[in-house]
Amino acid sequence: MTVLIVGLDGSPGGEKAVEHARRMVGAGGALKLVYVIEWSPFSFQTPEENAARHKRREEEIAIAHERVIDPALASLRSHGVSAEGTVRHGDAADILDEEARKAGAVGVVIARTSASGLKSRIFGSVAANLVMHASVPVTVVPVSEK
Amino acid sequence: MKALYPAALAAVAAAPAAAQDAADAAMTVDQQVNAAFAAATGPFVSFIFAPLPGTAFPWIVLWLVVAATIFTLYYGFIQFRAFGHAIALVRGDYSDPNDAGEVSHFQALTAALSGTVGLGNIAGVAVAVSIGGPGATFWMILAGLMGMASKFVECTLGVKYRNEYADGTVSGGPMYYLSKALPERGYAALGKPLAVLFAIFCIGGALGGGNMFQANQAHAQLVNITGGDASFLNGAGWITGLVMAAVVFAVIIGGIKSIANVTEKIVPFMAAIYCGAALIIIIINYDQIGAAFGAIFDGAFTGAGATGGVVGALIQGFRRAAFSNEAGVGSAAIAHSAVRTKEPITEGFVSLLEPFIDTVVICTMTALVIVITGMYLDQTGLGGVELTSAAFGSAISWFPYVLAIAVVLFAFSTMITWSYYGVKAWTYLFGEGYTSELIFKLIFCFFVVVGASAQLGAVIDFSDAMIFAMAVVNIFGIYFLMPIVRDELDSYLSRLKGGQIRKFN
Repeated sequence: MTVLIVGLDGSPGGEKAVEHARRMVGAGGALKLVYVIEWSPFSFQTPEENAARHKRREEEIAIAHERVIDPALASLRSHGVSAEGTVRHGDAADILDEEARKAGAVGVVIARTSASGLKSRIFGSVAANLVMHASVPVTVVPVSEK
Repeated sequence: MKALYPAALAAVAAAPAAAQDAADAAMTVDQQVNAAFAAATGPFVSFIFAPLPGTAFPWIVLWLVVAATIFTLYYGFIQFRAFGHAIALVRGDYSDPNDAGEVSHFQALTAALSGTVGLGNIAGVAVAVSIGGPGATFWMILAGLMGMASKFVECTLGVKYRNEYADGTVSGGPMYYLSKALPERGYAALGKPLAVLFAIFCIGGALGGGNMFQANQAHAQLVNITGGDASFLNGAGWITGLVMAAVVFAVIIGGIKSIANVTEKIVPFMAAIYCGAALIIIIINYDQIGAAFGAIFDGAFTGAGATGGVVGALIQGFRRAAFSNEAGVGSAAIAHSAVRTKEPITEGFVSLLEPFIDTVVICTMTALVIVITGMYLDQTGLGGVELTSAAFGSAISWFPYVLAIAVVLFAFSTMITWSYYGVKAWTYLFGEGYTSELIFKLIFCFFVVVGASAQLGAVIDFSDAMIFAMAVVNIFGIYFLMPIVRDELDSYLSRLKGGQIRKFN
């Protein structure tokens, strides 16, 4: 079965990436949606942030499922495409590549830009990193500003 | 709540005036704060630093030395055996990738370090070398190495006996392991009283070393670079105090995370710059390195240059090391408890790096710079941060300005971390809840002003006394809990050797 990985960040660009991946994979294929929360184990935090970290992590994952992954899955199923979704913390490019290898995917689809300033900065570099280092073909979907 | 703050300020200002003659009307705000403070804390300070009968040796220093030695021997020099493994843990080699997004070993370590790397490393070391001579450096390093074992045992217990609440937050530290682990070992009657006593002293330590000492030395450094005696801030510590209190208020009560975040990110770089500058000064004076180490070893065993001879050097060295790295004090166990791990002992391994980084590396840098530049021979009465500043300034003329920024930032991050320790001790005593925390945080802000206004001597004595009082309770309790950590250690090491505990990457 043809499997494609789709990288999401909650922006309208992500929806375009899902749409494009759906057309690419066609009937009989499957999509795996991966929402990555940028996170490094080597960032500096206050003791207070550390004490509440586990709670925050659970909240972050729940929100990502509820606002991004679940609606996207529902829409895919309504188109008759089989799909699953996951939310992970870490470096987006690394994780998307890892998920692709784990699922034996034929490719990764991501959007080039996203809405917010910070995220577009991060996601921009994700596209570049992924294209250069990925072990599978990468499709970058352009997002028009309009 | 708001009314508490000015009311308390007025009370402190009024107390000495009521107790003394009308002549005191001429006293400045700073002098009044100082007099009230010294009178209030004197007896407790005298008790903690009481010498052993017939000697000049404070019992509290012996207490710490003996504890660190016992832990070092009992765990078979764990600080050297586990050093490499500790670094592998911090690098994340043994972290489960599925736990990404949780608190890493690195994050727990750096959060705890932000509470210890502070003015103790800059100002405290200067105090040690100016009173205890170059020889104090030797004893300080030795105390740092031994203290690694104390830190190892307390942080392992901290993680093992933390409270994990249903909402996903955690609370840990000596109050929790004393009250939960002592009954397990059959000392149920000891548990709660020791935990309560620890919490009381921890609040004192948070207000003293974690707050007033920091505010005091940050103020001293600001006066120093704005013109010394001629500075508009000279004798007006309450101005610095009010400004710092306002910023601390904004972070811990106002919840303005951005200030704390910026500080947490800049402080590690300041620490690197500080060590880099120290190394440059040491390299520039490379022809003095031999003489400096000669003076350090000579002073350590002959007492040359120390007030009170060998014992004086030893006392200063151990005292400053304990104050700086807080090994055996129990404070770091509160911060380390937040880590995500299934093996409490791993956090113990990681935490033993703390006294190493804090004392063996950073404090030693300060001491070497002061000794190598010869500034410890200075007779103009410089003490604390002013001495360190002069030592760095004698080699790099503009460095005191960088140091001033570093001092203020270190002071600030230490305050933020200690305010958390204080809150944890406070809520252990008075219950969790917003109002309870708010009361403590307001008291904390008030003491920033007191600390900036009081004189160094009074502040440093109170700070040391409180931190050592925490160590008395904590170490006493740990003596009963040592076998628990021994079992954890044996089990973990055998599984590590047997291959059940594997690297993930």
